[in-house]
Amino acid sequence: METEHKAPRYMTIFWWLAGFTVVEVAYSSILPHSKKALLIGGLVAFAGIKAVLVALYFMHLRFERRSLGIIVASTLILGVILVSVGMAEHFLPRP
Amino acid sequence: MEAIALHHDAHEEEVTSTGIPHDKMGMWVFLCSEVMFFTGLIGSYIVLRFATPLWPAPASVLNIPLTATNTFILICSSVTMVQALAAISRGDQRKLKLFLCLTLLFGTVFISIQAFEYYKLLHEGFNPHVSLFGSVFFTTTGFHGFHVLCGVICMAVQTGRAFLGKFTQAHHQGIETIGLYWHFVDLVWIVLFTIIYLF
Repeated sequence: METEHKAPRYMTIFWWLAGFTVVEVAYSSILPHSKKALLIGGLVAFAGIKAVLVALYFMHLRFERRSLGIIVASTLILGVILVSVGMAEHFLPRP
Repeated sequence: MEAIALHHDAHEEEVTSTGIPHDKMGMWVFLCSEVMFFTGLIGSYIVLRFATPLWPAPASVLNIPLTATNTFILICSSVTMVQALAAISRGDQRKLKLFLCLTLLFGTVFISIQAFEYYKLLHEGFNPHVSLFGSVFFTTTGFHGFHVLCGVICMAVQTGRAFLGKFTQAHHQGIETIGLYWHFVDLVWIVLFTIIYLF
C-alpha cells in the first residue's frame, strides 16, 4: 500500500524557524527584564510556534494517523501536568 | 509543490495492527519517553528558577549570540535531514547522500560549538559547583548535548549505509526513523534555548 501526501515547503518552514529565532533574541534583549510576564509570555509563544512547526512539518505529524497524534498529545498533557504541579508547589500558598 | 510518496510495504500494513511500521512506532514511543525525561529537567529548571530570588541574568553569564548561531545550525541540520528523506522518497540516491553528509556536518559543528562554550564557561569559573544556575545549566544542556552526540553517531552509521546503497525508494524506513530522532533533538533545543538562554 502506498500513502501519498504533498511534500511541505521545507525551505519556507526553515525561514520561518530562522526568522522566529532572530525575533526571539531581539525580543529578549530589547524588552526590559522587569516586564517579566510579557517577556515570558512572548518567549514561550515563539518557542511554542517553532516547536509545533518542527513537529508538524519536519516530523510529518500533520500527515500521520490520528492514533499517533493521540499518543503524542497524551504525553504532552502529562508533561504539562508535571510542570504545573511543580509550579503550583511554588506559587500556591502553603497551609 | 512536488508530490512525494511514502512507501509502505503491503506486508508491513498487514502485520501492524496500528497501520504504522513497527520501527517508526517504536521510535515514537521512545520519543514520548524522552519528552517526559526532558520535561522533568525543564520543569525542575523552571521551579528552581522561580523559587530562587537571586538568579543571574543568563545574558550576563552565557554567550547568547554564539548559542543563537548554534540554534540556527541545528535548524539547518533539521532541514537537510528532511530533504534527505524527501530525496530517497523520490529515489534520488545522490541527494540522499549529500543531505545526510550535510546533516552530519551540522550536527558535528553544533557539538563542537557547545564544547567550545563549555570550555569558555569553565575557564571563566562558571561550573556546576558555583551556583544553582550552573548546576541546572550543565545538567540540562549536557543531557541534550549527549543526545545530539548519540544522534551524530547513529547518523554516521546511516550515512555509511546510504553509501553502501542500503536504502531504496521503496525501503528507507531507517532514514525516516533517524530523522524523527534528529528533529526531536532539534525541537528540544528550541525549547531549551528559549528557557535557559533568553528568560
